[in-house]
Amino acid sequence: MPQGSGSALSNFQVLSFVLMLKWGYMKILLMLCCCSFFIICFYFTSCPFLAQQLTPIIPVLGGALFLFVLGTLLRTSFSDPGVLPRATPDEAADLERQIDVANGTKGYRPPPRTKEVVINGQTVKLKYCFTCKIFRPPRASHCSLCDNCVERFDHHCPWVGNCVGRRNYRFFYMFILSLSFLTIFIFAFVITHIILSSYQKGFLTALKESPVVVCFFSVWSIVGLSGFHTYLISSNQTTNEDIKGSWSSKRGKDNYNPYSSGNIFTNCCVALCGPLPPSLIDRRGFIEADAPQMAPPTNGITMYGATQSQQSHMCDQDQCIQSTKYVLQAATTPLLQQHSSEPVIITSSPENGTSLPARASLTLGGPCSSLPLGQPTPPTSTPSLSCHEATDMLPIHGHALNHTHPLQEQAALHHYLTPEEVPSPPGMLHCGSPLGHSHTVQTSFYNPASQDSLHEDSVRGLVKLSSV
Amino acid sequence: MAETHSLQDLQQPAVSSKVFVQRDYSSGTICKFQTKFPSELESRMDKQQFEETMQSLNNLYAEAEKLGGKSYLEGCLACLTAYTIFLCMETHYEKVLKKIAKYIKDQNEKIYAPRGLLLTDPIERGLRVVEITIFEDRSIGSGR
Repeated sequence: MPQGSGSALSNFQVLSFVLMLKWGYMKILLMLCCCSFFIICFYFTSCPFLAQQLTPIIPVLGGALFLFVLGTLLRTSFSDPGVLPRATPDEAADLERQIDVANGTKGYRPPPRTKEVVINGQTVKLKYCFTCKIFRPPRASHCSLCDNCVERFDHHCPWVGNCVGRRNYRFFYMFILSLSFLTIFIFAFVITHIILSSYQKGFLTALKESPVVVCFFSVWSIVGLSGFHTYLISSNQTTNEDIKGSWSSKRGKDNYNPYSSGNIFTNCCVALCGPLPPSLIDRRGFIEADAPQMAPPTNGITMYGATQSQQSHMCDQDQCIQSTKYVLQAATTPLLQQHSSEPVIITSSPENGTSLPARASLTLGGPCSSLPLGQPTPPTSTPSLSCHEATDMLPIHGHALNHTHPLQEQAALHHYLTPEEVPSPPGMLHCGSPLGHSHTVQTSFYNPASQDSLHEDSVRGLVKLSSV
Repeated sequence: MAETHSLQDLQQPAVSSKVFVQRDYSSGTICKFQTKFPSELESRMDKQQFEETMQSLNNLYAEAEKLGGKSYLEGCLACLTAYTIFLCMETHYEKVLKKIAKYIKDQNEKIYAPRGLLLTDPIERGLRVVEITIFEDRSIGSGR
């Protein structure tokens, strides 16, 4: 264990929390703001009236429901979705050797490697992930935004700012379910308010004073999403599988879902009440500073974004370096000076199950910009206006769109547009997860020899920005 | 001379190679490792011993992920307490993981270390592989 690891751990956790708040979770804040907006509207317009006319329990119930929604939202965002750590170099070499033996080729990269396995009578193809250097388990997928393979990958939710996978699906489901109840609750009482106050003021006046239209649309979208996920849970499918039609009978008469138990009740129990596996990424805590290699050492992963150098050059190197230099120049804080010898490792919290996704370390790469710094935000991505504090972060969102797709080294598209994402304008889609792109920056300028100092500098820089 | 030589033996046995036993997905997504005996270990230990170890490991992982009344109860209780109960109590899975760690330590001490092998707990490798480190056999011809 490196020296001062105890205090370093807490510092890193604080740092990661701060960085996550600033960079990765604008979507959460947006979501929080939306929920709060509803509640505040509700409380100021309808509640006093309803509390008088009907019962004071209404605001209390609304408040409780809102707190529950918040709790599940935070839980979904801050828990590890089931990230699979990257393979250690030894493992990767061993696998490569085996594959070479099987293929009889060496040197150049052969076509996507797959392994077939028969599960419950269905042939399932296991794909090899070039980034993580593992054969992905069934139902796992590589999320290009988080840049990790996630077990039982459902989708990457930009609103939550996190992937939804095996470990946090139930929290996600409880979030959207409770949010639907909340929106229905508010909608119902807003209607009640309109009806009751229309006796006194007249219908149109009452209508104008209440946030009914917004409520209406949100009810439909959220309830629709809950319904969709209820269907997925009862048929034991992931959003990913449903969108691809993996188990759809349209593919063939013999095509069925090998993971489903056939019984709706059992499927629901499994998804919601089954055992919660512990996080696989908080085992070691720290990478020793000795490693000159870029690849995360024996543990496999403690840093997101420390991708292999073979990651293709998604970003124009010069521009990335320029923008990173800007970040570094902005850095003056001595926050990490005592830990200068250690690369920045974000560990998950020791709390069981609620591990911080350690996404913050992705930000070490700094922003990847296609525009000169200080350029105004692309007009489409309104949320991105709120998504940045420093101007250098601005261009990520415009740039992100171009970078997400080339990130597919593997054949599969890892970021699937889900029903909730489809209505969002493109800018929003990537707003909450600029982190997914900063890894590309890392690979383009990352020099193994200067890894440590660069880490420390960039983190210092980003901490400075975060304190602005 | 002999003293320092044996001290070196104790302190830093050289790693000769590593064998990786991959996951077996034929039963679905549950954690299960292949029980096939790797050829690199043929000279070091017998097949049955190895298969027994792997089978026990698989059974332990199956126990961790078992869906039964107990795990459902735990899940429901956790949900009702807003998962705060896990601040005081370990999940069933974690309890079994501790059991597995103990089992591997036992196996290493009794069976693998005397043969110059070391099993690494799969959880240290993200439940991807069982890593078996083969140490250089210095007992032959080194006058120990």
